[in-house]
Amino acid sequence: MKLVTAIIKPFTLDDVKAALEQVGVLGMTVSEVQGYGRQKGHTEVYRGAEYSVDFVPKVRVEVLVDDTLGDKVVEAVVEAARTGKIGDGKVWVTPVDTVVRVRTGERGGDAL
Amino acid sequence: MEGNTAWVLTSAALVLLMTPGLAFFYGGMVRGKSVLNMLMMCFGAMAVVGVLWVVFGYSMAFGDDLGGGLLGDVTQYFGLSGLLGGDALTGTAFVAFQGMFAIITVALIAGAIADRARFGAWMVFVVLWATLVYFPVAHWVFDFSTDDGHVGGWIANNLVALDFAGGTAVHINAGAAALALAFVLGRRRGWPKEPMKPHNLPFVMLGAGLLWFGWFGFNAGSALSAGNLAGVAFVNTLTATCAAIIGWLVVERLRDGHATSLGAASGVVAGLVAITPACAFVDTWGALAIGVLAGAACALAVGLKYKFGYDDSLDVVGVHLVGGLIGTLLIGFFGTVGVNDGGVDGLFYGGGLTQLGKQAVGAFAVLAYSLVATLIIGFLIKVTMGFRVDEEAEINGIDEAEHAESAYELSGLRGGGSSIGRAADTLAGKVPAASKEGVTP
Repeated sequence: MKLVTAIIKPFTLDDVKAALEQVGVLGMTVSEVQGYGRQKGHTEVYRGAEYSVDFVPKVRVEVLVDDTLGDKVVEAVVEAARTGKIGDGKVWVTPVDTVVRVRTGERGGDAL
Repeated sequence: MEGNTAWVLTSAALVLLMTPGLAFFYGGMVRGKSVLNMLMMCFGAMAVVGVLWVVFGYSMAFGDDLGGGLLGDVTQYFGLSGLLGGDALTGTAFVAFQGMFAIITVALIAGAIADRARFGAWMVFVVLWATLVYFPVAHWVFDFSTDDGHVGGWIANNLVALDFAGGTAVHINAGAAALALAFVLGRRRGWPKEPMKPHNLPFVMLGAGLLWFGWFGFNAGSALSAGNLAGVAFVNTLTATCAAIIGWLVVERLRDGHATSLGAASGVVAGLVAITPACAFVDTWGALAIGVLAGAACALAVGLKYKFGYDDSLDVVGVHLVGGLIGTLLIGFFGTVGVNDGGVDGLFYGGGLTQLGKQAVGAFAVLAYSLVATLIIGFLIKVTMGFRVDEEAEINGIDEAEHAESAYELSGLRGGGSSIGRAADTLAGKVPAASKEGVTP
């Protein structure tokens, strides 16, 4: 099994969710996060005093998928989240040892 | 007479609303971890000053002069004796109206020491400052001598500097005190390196709106009559404030590249402050000039604290001291008897420099007295009971340390009634068995 983690621009979340459902993903976890990459932050001015805001709001999407689905999911996310402008985010895949469904106790692929 | 009484009572209620308005104006500008403390400093001032006012404050400000125009007789109206049941306008309505001025003046100072003052120390400060600074200065400026033998304060009657609604007694007074307290308490930890940006700008805008609304009572109510003078003060309060927003925003657009909402809200207050002393002494052109100059000058003045290194956190000095000085001094240029025969002609209306000199003496006398007296009161509190919260409380947030509350509960994980509440329900057997059926051992 794989854990696909994507950091995306918040406004692309609906498209990414739709794309994931399209390829057969049954569930996901999303969270609001902050960070920066090459886009860096921005500057705000309050009563003439400049504040640099380093961390930009992003959305993190986490999806657990079967090994066979990994590449398709990554492709779907990248396709849906791309605007072509700096700050589009990143997607990475990590191997997962075990998954347990809390309600039933099912393990591995059955728990997805 | 009844009409005048009705207007003064209405104005008093409007002026009271300014203090909660100020609380939100200030509260939005501090960080989310100290907004309650800012609101409480304002409400604390309401509580304490309101009590002091009816017990002895009114008498200190408006009792017969004890000598030199410096202080009223504290025993004359002690507990409002002799006022209740007499003539409503000269008695109770005026007591109420002026009481609101005392409250807002003290509350204004709180903005200079945001995020770091112990609440108890602030409450003690409020008692001492109202008693030793505001009540005497209100006597100097607002207590006019009358034909029936009442002798008032020296700025109003001997110097005859003009201050219609409190440019000196309220704004220069509070601004100078703010400067002194910012010095006594010292900078917030991390200032100015760490970003301490406003946590809720809509609060700031809301507060500015409430202040403006209440300020019509502050200025037009100071006519103490429902006639022409109140109308002049009312219109000028509109005129100058609108012009001040433009003044502040133009400076921001040219200097920083953007016209900001904080700038608009600040422009409102700068304009209101500056027109306060002048509102019934200038015509439309004077009001426009005072407004736009105050807006632009205060927008520039708020940067001075970074240059001089004092943490006047919410710019009480840059807005109220500077705005108060501008309005008070500009009467010497723009004053005209054309709108009010109780006023004077300023330099631009053929009156020469005499009035400007009187305005300057009045303004700087209040500034100097407030600055020195506040330094003494502030240091006294600092060495006896301590004025600041400790480092940990300041970093974690003064709301939790001083009030055992937090303003916002936005995180579901921390909230009562979420995970912990449900766990308790489960343990008590309240969760239907059906929800556990699927469990396989």
